[in-house]
Amino acid sequence: MRRIDKDQRARIRLTLNGRALSAEAEPRMLLSDFLRHSLGATGTHVGCEHGVCGCCTVLIDGTAVRSCLTLAVQAEGRDVRTVESLAAADGTLNPLQRAFQNHHALQCGFCTPGILMSFTDYLARNPRPSEADIRDVLSGHLCRCTGYAGIVSALLEAAGYRQSSESGSKS
Amino acid sequence: MKPRPFAYVRPDSVDEAVAVLAAHGDDARVLAGGQSLLALLNLRLADPAVLVDITRIAALDQICDLGDKIEVGAAVTQNRLLAWPQLAEKLPLLAAALPFVGHFQTRNKGTVCGSVAHADPSSEIPLALAVLGGEVVLRSQRGTRVLSADAFQKDMLTTTREPDELITAVRFPVNSGRGVAFREVARRHGDFAIVAVAALVDGQGAVRLGVGGMAGAPAVRQIAAADGSTARGAVDKMAVELEGYEDLHATAVMRRDLLRRLGPVVIDEAMRCAA
Amino acid sequence: MSFVGTPVRRKEDPALLSGRGRYADDLPTPAGTLHAQIIRSPHPHAEIVHIDAVAALAKDGVWTVITGEDIRKMSDPFLVVLKAPVHQWSLAVGRVRYVGEPVALVVAESRYLAEDAAELVNIEYRPLEAVVDPQAACAATAPLLHTEAKTNEISVRKFSYGDTKSAFERADARVALTVEFPRLSFTPMECYVVVAQYNAADDGYDVLANFQGPFSTHPVMARALRVPGPRLRLRIPPDSGGSFGIKLSVFPYIVLMALAARIAGRPVKWVEDRAEHLVAASSGPNRITGIEAAVTKDGRILGLRLDQLEDYGAFLRAPMPGPLYRMHGAITGAYDIANVDAVNRVVLTNKMPASLIRGFGGPQLYMALERLVQCIAVELGLDHLDVIRRNLVPAAKMPYRAAAGSLYDSGDYPRAVATAIGHGRLDDLKRRRDVARAAGRKYGIGFAAVVEPAMSNMGYLSTLLTADVREKAGPKNGAISMVTVNIDPLGAVSVTADSTMQGQGHETVLAQIVADQLGLQPDDINVVLEMDTAKDQWSIAAGTYSCRFTPGTAVAAHIAASRMADKLKDIGAKQLNVLPGDVELVAGKIRSRSNPDNAAPFGRVAGTSHWSPVMLPEGMAPALSETAQWAPELEPPSSDDRINTSLTYGFVFDMCGIEIDMLTYQVRVDRYVSMHDAGRILNPMIAEGQMRGAFAQGIAAALYEEYAYNDEGAFLTGTFADYLVPTVSEIPPVEMLHQETPSPLTPLGAKGLAEGNCMSVPACIANAIADALGVKDVQVPATPRRIHALMEGSGR
Repeated sequence: MRRIDKDQRARIRLTLNGRALSAEAEPRMLLSDFLRHSLGATGTHVGCEHGVCGCCTVLIDGTAVRSCLTLAVQAEGRDVRTVESLAAADGTLNPLQRAFQNHHALQCGFCTPGILMSFTDYLARNPRPSEADIRDVLSGHLCRCTGYAGIVSALLEAAGYRQSSESGSKS
Repeated sequence: MKPRPFAYVRPDSVDEAVAVLAAHGDDARVLAGGQSLLALLNLRLADPAVLVDITRIAALDQICDLGDKIEVGAAVTQNRLLAWPQLAEKLPLLAAALPFVGHFQTRNKGTVCGSVAHADPSSEIPLALAVLGGEVVLRSQRGTRVLSADAFQKDMLTTTREPDELITAVRFPVNSGRGVAFREVARRHGDFAIVAVAALVDGQGAVRLGVGGMAGAPAVRQIAAADGSTARGAVDKMAVELEGYEDLHATAVMRRDLLRRLGPVVIDEAMRCAA
Repeated sequence: MSFVGTPVRRKEDPALLSGRGRYADDLPTPAGTLHAQIIRSPHPHAEIVHIDAVAALAKDGVWTVITGEDIRKMSDPFLVVLKAPVHQWSLAVGRVRYVGEPVALVVAESRYLAEDAAELVNIEYRPLEAVVDPQAACAATAPLLHTEAKTNEISVRKFSYGDTKSAFERADARVALTVEFPRLSFTPMECYVVVAQYNAADDGYDVLANFQGPFSTHPVMARALRVPGPRLRLRIPPDSGGSFGIKLSVFPYIVLMALAARIAGRPVKWVEDRAEHLVAASSGPNRITGIEAAVTKDGRILGLRLDQLEDYGAFLRAPMPGPLYRMHGAITGAYDIANVDAVNRVVLTNKMPASLIRGFGGPQLYMALERLVQCIAVELGLDHLDVIRRNLVPAAKMPYRAAAGSLYDSGDYPRAVATAIGHGRLDDLKRRRDVARAAGRKYGIGFAAVVEPAMSNMGYLSTLLTADVREKAGPKNGAISMVTVNIDPLGAVSVTADSTMQGQGHETVLAQIVADQLGLQPDDINVVLEMDTAKDQWSIAAGTYSCRFTPGTAVAAHIAASRMADKLKDIGAKQLNVLPGDVELVAGKIRSRSNPDNAAPFGRVAGTSHWSPVMLPEGMAPALSETAQWAPELEPPSSDDRINTSLTYGFVFDMCGIEIDMLTYQVRVDRYVSMHDAGRILNPMIAEGQMRGAFAQGIAAALYEEYAYNDEGAFLTGTFADYLVPTVSEIPPVEMLHQETPSPLTPLGAKGLAEGNCMSVPACIANAIADALGVKDVQVPATPRRIHALMEGSGR
């Protein structure tokens, strides 16, 4: 039985984006804060800290969850993946990321990492979802910039419904 | 929005878990999916001394077919139940209601039992449990109790669970072959319902109608062999009896009117589903 | 071939998609940085009797607890546009005036500890009666927020253009209504972040914050801190998680954290959380407008009267009351109305201070004006669209001087309307309506026509002062934009600009503009938009607000790049041994037009000024950097209060069909068409994104979002479970149409386009609801609760 006292800091070990890492934390430390400030993975964003906005969504053992509604200690021993894991080592974007650029699916980019992680999970489980399914999963995220239209288009491309329209690929 | 300090305990078995609860009583809170609890902690609206994380107790992470009932363990997430291959056949009402519970991302972590334990008056799973006449299984060092849904949830966020008790499972009676329907009105997709209505129709056309969001706990009425006008009459009577309540999103009058409009539609859908 | 006008993909995206954005909370902090937690008022109105911080200070890891008294001694109240005794410091002094007002600040080793310690600070309040309703606040008996001001209604200005009295006398009919516009915010997903340092050596402050501008607020902060401007060094990070006007209002916290750093003797960081953001960050002002038209029997509007009462909450923060005056010159909207009387009133109530928000006064104005036009049609038995068309400014009158002073630079409004309703779109809407109504359902059609101003004349706010006071204060007018194009020794090009970015794609658009002038690719242009007020060029107009990028910063970039191109052509001419007129910059080369084989790589020629200034043409200043200051002519308010409030004016015409869900009382948008004329489009992909974003925010204002208070002043929408930001499920599809009537006033011909739908959508949907239910009073957001009340007649 794992037990950590109220004011005790314990070393939390987990795998982040394929790498075994650890840092000390109190039991109350949120996973979102632990990833950003203890492990330096600032790609995961914090937007509301009460589980509504979805900015902080990460994968734990492949499943998309709100890291602000998860304690760091709950991720102990787990495999955590964040947005930093998506592109290739040389920076090449993966098809989901490329679809977002092609369809102008982001403006300020703050909500984007959470959406990418949700659909990394969802499209792995359901590679060929309907548009209604995509909208249903996307409804777990708030975006204030785009009006969502570009995001839906990008997700349809990622789900194989649209040609990879490198539309404005003049640049 | 950071939680107050608390101790963290992660038992490996149900026995360990109930021992911790026995030791700490009211000072302990059970942490399962945490989709409501962690938000409350971040807002400093809850003040537990100890969090008891039961998510790694393998015995609780099971869906068991008991024949006439389906038992869902306390660590089973909402999405896991939603993906259970026999859900549509054995628990069609749950199959209809679960997609309305939060969002894909919160269902990935939120548990079925946690939703029942939290006892929000407009929450979908407690409503389904009540309409189906399900049960809640409570374990403590003193033994095991099984309460009917009705005996479990008493009021808004209030249940009859004792501080040393752990909800180990809920049991949903198998409702295959019966007509079911579920609808809710929420401001946004995935929000808690303003009013939620669930109906269950048996072969003789008798209806069990459950309503969430009208009172402190889900309300269930039996309506004998309903045709259109008896259904409307029964729903109207129910609206008057339950009264409803006012919050930011709806007045009590509006809740009653919503029930009057939704109730007959849901009954009709369940009847057609049965036929 | 030109990059401007094409959908170049964004340069910003690869980093943002890979978790490599550099938002304020991601950046390294100075050694020893402490963390702050703000203690906020639970009362809407109360005296602060006593603050006891002993227990908090005794806690390990707590460095200091700061109160309003500390702040009052070290700083001055923020400058206010009005000469009214409305004093605000960065912490409450003596009295709290809204729920959420900062009262004390705890500085500790970590945010977690600071929040713990904040719970140990014991504050004794003596509650006072609060006033929430703006009309009640104007009453002589209302509780006073600022006793020295002797009234809550701190500004009343009357304006008269033309001869409104005789217009009303000769009218066939009068149509009047009262319209309320609610409080809301567009809640950027990233909240405020401030990291402040105090440098005792020069008595200066160095602050990082995700501030958006306008930089007219910089002197306000420096004055509050009692330092000259250069000693408040403000840095803005490369990325910001949305703003929509809201991140202006981080400025009181910049001052607060600067003072905290000085008191603590250590750098102090504060990251606003969502609960703080919702209760206290900022809000658009709510407005009650009484509006009346004098009309002929065929619906021609001869004159208008408006009484606009705008509620700014507990304080009037600079540059308020902007929303009440930003639209002033265009108060007649898209219509040719010669006679207008207006009364502008500013009132303070016990609510969070209101400030900048996307749309900035437009949604409030058009809710009144466009609802009025619909009511004229109903009351005169005319077709709504006919009344709109009868009053639109005719194309032949462009450029058009509106009654209150705006100069509509270009446009063809009737043609835009014709296009929008064409191709069977309006017929389809009518068909849908008729089918729905035949089946007993509630269906309505709405229209809205709005003029969308861009790049504010900095003098617009002085319209708030009387002409003689303005005379004494000296003229305020114009708006400067500044961009610098730099060339490094190897000929690499970089650009800095006076805009801050929160996702609008400025980096990409600036690269397009500069690439076009220099014959390079957008990827060759390095655009650096993080800002440092100590080293970057800026004016008080700097920042990103009121759509100033396209008519302002983008133009400055075009000018700077073309000047740089001219210099490089001169240098190239000498090196290629041709005449300057024969040189062109194309495809990364500087070459002779007449003999393209006579060419040199761009980098080699461009680097000349670094390596060999003596090779420059005689008399030429080195081509190392070129800064353009674009200062188009914009007059100050005239002696009779006419003011051209903005440089360019675009046009939006919206049309929609909505249906009321008879089961749920929800408004469902069935079809929505939005027609835009924003002049020349610089990047159609980015433009479309801006318009769709504004559309979603318009839907939010029309149907979902409202900062709600009860009558006692308690705040009711303190989480995202109560304050309802629409998800993808709530945003209906929209058909966007465009026509391009370039602005004659800027070399690029581009106008603003990112605010129009924030202005048009609430009015258009309200008109459709009025049509569906046959009612006159439609309050937005049109929630199921309000629709229920309208349908069942059971009060709000």
